[in-house]
Amino acid sequence: MTRKLFTFNGGVHPEGHKDVSNATPIANLPLLPRYVVPLRQHIGTPARALVQVGDTVLRGQMIGAAEGYVSTAVHAPTSGRVVALEPHEVPHPSGLADMCVVIESDGLDQAVEFQPLDWRNLDPSALRNRIRDLGLAGLGGAVFPSFIKLNPEGGGIDTLILNGAECEPWITCDDRLMRERAAEILQGVAVMRHMLGAREVLIGIEDNKPEAIAAMRAAAAGEAEVIAEVVSIRTLYPTGGGKQLTYILTGRETPTGGRSTDVGAQVFNIGTAYALYRAVALGEPMLSRVVTVTGHVAAPGNYEARLGTPVADLLQAAGGALPGSVGKLVGGPMMGFELENDAEDNAAPLTKAVNCIIVKHPDLFPAKPSALPCIRCGACARACPADLQPFEMYWFSRAKDFGKAQSYDLFDCIECGCCSFVCPSHIPLVDFFRFAKSEIWERERHKHDADQARTRHEFKDFRLEREKKEKAEKLAAKVAENKARDAATAAAIAGNAESADPEAERKKAILQAALDRAKKAKESIAPQNTDNLSPAVAKQIEEIEARRTQADTRPEHEEGK
Amino acid sequence: MENYLLILIATVFVNNIVMSKILGLCPFMGVSRKLETAIGMGAATTFVLTLASGTSYLIDTYLLGHDLAYLRTLSFIVVIAGIVGFTEMFIKKTSPVLFRVLGIYLPLITTNCAVLGIPLLNVMEQHNFMESLFFGMGGALGFTLVLVLFAAMRERLEAAEVPKPFKGTSIAMITAGLMSLAFMGFAGLIK
Amino acid sequence: MLSAILVMAGIGLVLGAILGWASIKFRVEDDPLVEKIDAVLPQTQCGQCGFPGCKPYAEAIARGEADINKCPPGGEEGVKHLAELLGVEPKPLGEGLEPKPKAVAVIDENTCIGCTLCIQACPVDAIVGAAKQMHVIVASQCTGCELCLPPCPVDCIHMEVIKEDVATWKWRYPIHTMKQVE
Repeated sequence: MTRKLFTFNGGVHPEGHKDVSNATPIANLPLLPRYVVPLRQHIGTPARALVQVGDTVLRGQMIGAAEGYVSTAVHAPTSGRVVALEPHEVPHPSGLADMCVVIESDGLDQAVEFQPLDWRNLDPSALRNRIRDLGLAGLGGAVFPSFIKLNPEGGGIDTLILNGAECEPWITCDDRLMRERAAEILQGVAVMRHMLGAREVLIGIEDNKPEAIAAMRAAAAGEAEVIAEVVSIRTLYPTGGGKQLTYILTGRETPTGGRSTDVGAQVFNIGTAYALYRAVALGEPMLSRVVTVTGHVAAPGNYEARLGTPVADLLQAAGGALPGSVGKLVGGPMMGFELENDAEDNAAPLTKAVNCIIVKHPDLFPAKPSALPCIRCGACARACPADLQPFEMYWFSRAKDFGKAQSYDLFDCIECGCCSFVCPSHIPLVDFFRFAKSEIWERERHKHDADQARTRHEFKDFRLEREKKEKAEKLAAKVAENKARDAATAAAIAGNAESADPEAERKKAILQAALDRAKKAKESIAPQNTDNLSPAVAKQIEEIEARRTQADTRPEHEEGK
Repeated sequence: MENYLLILIATVFVNNIVMSKILGLCPFMGVSRKLETAIGMGAATTFVLTLASGTSYLIDTYLLGHDLAYLRTLSFIVVIAGIVGFTEMFIKKTSPVLFRVLGIYLPLITTNCAVLGIPLLNVMEQHNFMESLFFGMGGALGFTLVLVLFAAMRERLEAAEVPKPFKGTSIAMITAGLMSLAFMGFAGLIK
Repeated sequence: MLSAILVMAGIGLVLGAILGWASIKFRVEDDPLVEKIDAVLPQTQCGQCGFPGCKPYAEAIARGEADINKCPPGGEEGVKHLAELLGVEPKPLGEGLEPKPKAVAVIDENTCIGCTLCIQACPVDAIVGAAKQMHVIVASQCTGCELCLPPCPVDCIHMEVIKEDVATWKWRYPIHTMKQVE
């Protein structure tokens, strides 16, 4: 077990506060009377609602289907009735409302029948579709639909990395999960390895979780099928970043603008592996997750709560916020965000993305002093695990010169917060980078819209032009035809010069021409695609034709009967 | 050979045409807003100045001589104008955006005091043909160098929190002054 | 005196010859600048600039016949981009050309009589429908140009401002400007 480990540049050592919540086992939440299930719980297109207000649903029933490629399904957390399908408060930094299905529990908690998946024999694409319909998304915080990550596009993935680093302070949900359910996690890993065709499986865990490492090692020793190596890595924030963990374990550096798959490694969170185990072995969709509730609460710990559980109920389960608390953080203190609504009855629900709720207290989270000017000390550049120059990116983001900011590889920033953490001027650098990124994204959206509008406008011009041309051509053709007909008539008259009445001859010719035209027109509307018909179909058509002629010739006095 | 190298170093650093001779200030302030423009302007000026130095040496030596010395300024201007016209057409063809961005400053190379100044200095210092070429090229390179440095600084200044009265050209002037002071540090590099 | 005239005339002749040759050699066929300007414009095709679309406006700017501050959908940002591209000073938007929040047109389904007039007016073919059938606007293709509003005989089209949602929400600028309190 002596694997050569690598160390990325930078990183910081924030205070862990892990012992606040990692001492007690994962507790289950009782059934609640009401769940709020957002349709957008993952990165990508939100799910399309499959239920309407008034519908009754069962636990595990799909209430939102994946829409588009980057999307996944959502499911009812319990049995009951859909009471609303409306924009509802969600845990999002904007504090804006998003489409949610509100379900009133009937207290029975009846489930649909779950069918375990025969993953070893199932067709790979069928298996992926099943995983999509079971709603699996990465539980590390980015919530990328798992079925896409399990699709080894063109192969080339030789290393499967399980992320048990959990480097953010305060959060312990993966720690507890590994301690208590190591064997199940490894079964999920087996499925991942099968789907990706990876040779090597590495499980990276920070060395501040010795119990988790021991439990995973014990489970790995007992697992014959997956030869997974549990690697203890040095505690250093942010080892849990996908690219950072890949580098630590394999020494492969992800190229700028790329993903870890570009260097042959795919990274999954421990929690995702556990959810995959439940999906495959039990056939259960993603209905719940383990979430850490910590900080200034009576009973900090980890709770297995159904997705859609209102934050207020989650806090209630943890004994409620203690007096003197100020605000709540969703996620960790480094990368998380403040919950907009600080009311006691916060109805924002638990989603797949929420791994931790921290109740803040001024003693635990002292207010940051106001930002001072940047002195270009370079502390942020030394701390940056992505080898960027945050002070340069900050300089241009602040001046809203986004092109320049981007030229300093803004989009390689993983928003880990190390730069803000070390900044002696207390500049909220990451906030600037998030601001710049979302501005650039909006510009790209506008650019895309403009390009689309331009092509559509150009096509409309082209279409109008074409129609005009066609009309002119038609007119010209008609004129030419008339001319030809006149000429033909004249010739006919000349040919029959001896016959008695030239006037009658001319009329006859016109009549003939009209008849010819009618005949031609009739021929042109003859049924199409009638060649190569099978005898049965031909016979059927004949019968229909016969019936039709009969109907046409049916005597009218039949009505009088 | 050493002689030419010395001329180059002297004109680029020690006797920099903008920083110590204070010539060619209008394009220096005018087209230093963006780095790309500054590089384009520098390249155009280098081309014009090198060619103009050589041509004006030939004209001065073989056409004008001592008898027609009074035609020096006049003929130099005509030659420079011709070369600038040529450069203008060339840039318009190869880089319309640069042409548009340089705008009025491109034809104004004609009246750039640096461009007329260097051929006249060549005559005054009695340089031979090669020396004239190197002197012209060195002067233009020095001009390009300070223009690019200055443009890079101004680009950063754009993003800086400058007090309102100093915004824009005023802070640029102050920066140019400080830069000039810094270039004085090269004095004495060559005797 | 004669030699002076001859010298100057000679120089003039030689330079003239070179310039004449260059003007043939480096003739500029068409102006690729138009494409670059057109790429910056927002392509709403709204005609608020006084030209029948974004491309004609771009051509007018390239010819130097139109000012750069005539495009309200592009906003101050767009003017800044144009100024940067053309190497001129940015200026505020023209009189009466204040930018509006981005909106899409919506047809009131109960009032629409299916006259197809709006379909003909739409510069980007974002309205679907047929004669005497109700028309519908494809919101994702609508540029918010408002060109469909005037032709409608029953005034059943109105503009709806696009609201910010979770997907299009932007992080706020982290510096809070100080406001004066009365």
